[in-house]
Amino acid sequence: MKPLIATAVFAILMMFASLYAKEKRSLSNFAGILMLGLVGLNIWELVDYTHLLKSSDADPYLFQKMLRVDNYALWFNVLITSASLLYVLLFRKSIEAVGKHVGEYYALHFFILCGIFLVSSYNNLLILFLGIEIMSIPQYVLAGSDKHNLKSSEASLKYFLMGAFSTGFLLMGIVLLYGAMGTFELNGFNFYKTGTLSVMGVMGILFMLVAVGFKVSAAPMHFWTPDVYDGSPTPFTAFMASIVKVSIFLAFMRLFMEGFANMDAYWKVMVLGVITALTLLIGNITAVYQQSVKRMLAYSSIAQAGFMMFVVIGSDVMGMKGMVLYAVAYTLATLGIFAVLVKLKDYTYDGFNGLAKKEPFLAVVAAVCMMSLAGIPLTAGFFAKWYVLASAIRQDNTFWLVVFALVMAAVSVYYYFKVIIAMYFKKGEPELNTAVTPFDKALLAIVVCAIIVLGVAPEMLLSWI
Amino acid sequence: MLLILLLIIPLLTGLVSFFLKDPKVVKSWSIFGALVTLIVASLAFCGIKEAGALKVDVQWLPALGANFSLEATAGTLLMTLLTAMAFVLVYIAQWNKDIEHSPRFFALMGLAASGLMGVFLANDLLLFYFFWELALIPVYFLAGQWGGKDRIKASMKFFIYTFLGSLLMLAGLIYLYISTPDYSFAYGSIATTGAQLPAEIQGVLFTLFFIAFGIKMPIFPLHSWQASAYEQSFTPVTVVMSALMVKMGLYAVIKWLIPIFPDVDKIFYVTIMVLALIGIIYGSLLAIAQKDIKRLIAYSSLAHVGLMIMGAFSQNTFATEGLYLQMFNHGIIITGLWLLVDIIENRYQTRNMSELGGMATHAPKAAIALVIITFASISLPLTNGFVGEFLLFLGIFNSTYEYKIWYMAIAGLGIILGAIYMLNMVQNVAYGDKKELAVADLSGNEQLSLYLIIIVIVVLGVYPNMVLDLLS
Repeated sequence: MKPLIATAVFAILMMFASLYAKEKRSLSNFAGILMLGLVGLNIWELVDYTHLLKSSDADPYLFQKMLRVDNYALWFNVLITSASLLYVLLFRKSIEAVGKHVGEYYALHFFILCGIFLVSSYNNLLILFLGIEIMSIPQYVLAGSDKHNLKSSEASLKYFLMGAFSTGFLLMGIVLLYGAMGTFELNGFNFYKTGTLSVMGVMGILFMLVAVGFKVSAAPMHFWTPDVYDGSPTPFTAFMASIVKVSIFLAFMRLFMEGFANMDAYWKVMVLGVITALTLLIGNITAVYQQSVKRMLAYSSIAQAGFMMFVVIGSDVMGMKGMVLYAVAYTLATLGIFAVLVKLKDYTYDGFNGLAKKEPFLAVVAAVCMMSLAGIPLTAGFFAKWYVLASAIRQDNTFWLVVFALVMAAVSVYYYFKVIIAMYFKKGEPELNTAVTPFDKALLAIVVCAIIVLGVAPEMLLSWI
Repeated sequence: MLLILLLIIPLLTGLVSFFLKDPKVVKSWSIFGALVTLIVASLAFCGIKEAGALKVDVQWLPALGANFSLEATAGTLLMTLLTAMAFVLVYIAQWNKDIEHSPRFFALMGLAASGLMGVFLANDLLLFYFFWELALIPVYFLAGQWGGKDRIKASMKFFIYTFLGSLLMLAGLIYLYISTPDYSFAYGSIATTGAQLPAEIQGVLFTLFFIAFGIKMPIFPLHSWQASAYEQSFTPVTVVMSALMVKMGLYAVIKWLIPIFPDVDKIFYVTIMVLALIGIIYGSLLAIAQKDIKRLIAYSSLAHVGLMIMGAFSQNTFATEGLYLQMFNHGIIITGLWLLVDIIENRYQTRNMSELGGMATHAPKAAIALVIITFASISLPLTNGFVGEFLLFLGIFNSTYEYKIWYMAIAGLGIILGAIYMLNMVQNVAYGDKKELAVADLSGNEQLSLYLIIIVIVVLGVYPNMVLDLLS
């Protein structure tokens, strides 16, 4: 509860700060301090609640059962806020370079975090709706914040129109589910209340699937992703593709793990399985043909969403661990590679040519991030994939899907390693936007270390959860 | 402790090399590290009779059920000995050459050595998978940065092939893991679980694992990465690929695949035998048609590995002992051949047989080394190749296959074809009179490495019991 209120307050503080601050840099510093405070508040909340949740008569509900606090949500909030802190520190220069309204940009980030805290611990579909909207509207604005760039405006408009459409689906789904079961509360769902599964309930689930699937860019609701991710200013793409995306996946998983838990397993695997397979296929195959690394990363984020769909299929404790690990691994790697990307002038593969010679450190960071995204052992990405697949494989009829996913992972190596080939095996003179400061290096070193430590001993994180 | 040293020494040598600047220092440091590894590997191998099996077992990921567990039998240690030896030989042969970015080169070589050692030693399925990949990554970077013009394409093909195989293995591995009652990766519990699965599921998992191992070997339809990767890579890297990585696949078959899935329908085995036979004949025919000596040796390797695959699936003591011995022998022989190819290419600036000839006049030592190593490669008696292939044939003869005589006959045909292309190559390179270019004979370090190889070839050819005693 503390962080939830704090984010809203911090966002407003941030807006006022932009009235008084003269320099962009001081706004960034202020945002960093507030983010640090938010991390602290989240840890405080975590310590408080772990203590509370241990006692037998603990009440995990808040606001008349609107929110439900549990260990996963608390840890997830801590991790995601820390990632946001890392994000602010890594990208502050490029955020300042986007446009004039730096304070507002940061304020919008805080609002998005507010939405994330809601969806990570919702127990009521109305909160899910509120959370998703609070997350989405600032993103529409951020996507279009580079006002002199037509592509940015296009991204914003596309995102807004499609997003508004999916909001309609979400609301409709919520209403239908309410009609079928007479409640908004996840743990009160009972599809067999009237003996048989009602048509209204099925339609409700399908509508929800479309709406949430849109937000996580699962195929065939993925069409907005490449244009929006490619058109938006790069730092904001990094934020949308990593932190926001994994947060919605947590909501997605909660929906299926708690709300739709007593659904027919065969049906669930088939519908979700087809969506997963399509997402993996489209994301990976299309990514192969991209010339621009930024656009490739947009498609790769679709492909990665395909992997995260496995936790929704699995929906068990191992899946929950897998979700948290995947969220961390994917966020770290995405932030890392985008942090390298914003330093470069040319976003095509050729722009990376010879980077290993000019900036060996950046090249190492990019290589490790790419390997982690591809799921090579010794990087966090391997264990992330391991857990999500192991969680899904326990369900019946999923083995074909796991094999298919792994074949697609082999395809993904092709486009991820193209970056490595460009950096290490080809010659060229890459141009940098800004110099790499020791501070950047230290932050990126943290990213790399975290990826490798989680790749050797993921239990350092998972044993807590 | 020895096992840990086998992993740690190459790893440390490699990591330190990254930070050394002077090429001379890097070279000496790497040779030093490789020699120490070789000493440790020899100590471990020679002491195996007294010590029994060597074991290390440390907790790694307790919640996941994965341990850092290593185990070594005589066969395993023979493989680690081969690994250590190949690196020493290659480093010696490279002593008088300048390698571009040598710190990075030797660092990656060290990491590759460590990964290979891990693959042979691992006794925990997850750990095995880790090392399987760890051996691949440095080799990929090595193949991509040093070598011929088309190396980027060739190394990518190599990487995607092997990585696809690894991922299929991963799917099988996850399934096996989920099936274990106590969620464990330990060799014992994986093997019992695998054996208890229904036969059809064993068949599916067997296929998934076999594709991974088969790509590494490579077996007939999965071999198309091989020739281009060998041809385009820098010689030391080619040695790592063909002398050592090939053995990963074969070793994994006898260590993991056959014990874990004992009830697999024997139809799979027969299919594999037939594919191996096709590989032998097809590889030999392709080798006969080659003009490029590097490609010729690459295809000859396809044929030789075919016979070893047949041995691996023959399942009796002759075949198993013969396989271990022949894996070692093949590793040594092919290292020698690659070193010679490198020597020839450096002197004549070509690998095309029709442009080569008359090496015996100006470089008699090189020519003699080429002749002896070629004899070993076509398994003439008194060379180690003979002993290994003889045991493999004996193993196939003692197997329970219905058409084993035919298998042997066709495989024997492969040996004859092998004599044709190898002797033809020697004829063209060493004795032909097409070109009388005056070239330097072997330099001291080249002599050292090749003579060491020849000593191993002859000693094991005359007195193979030295190794066979330990293996049995």
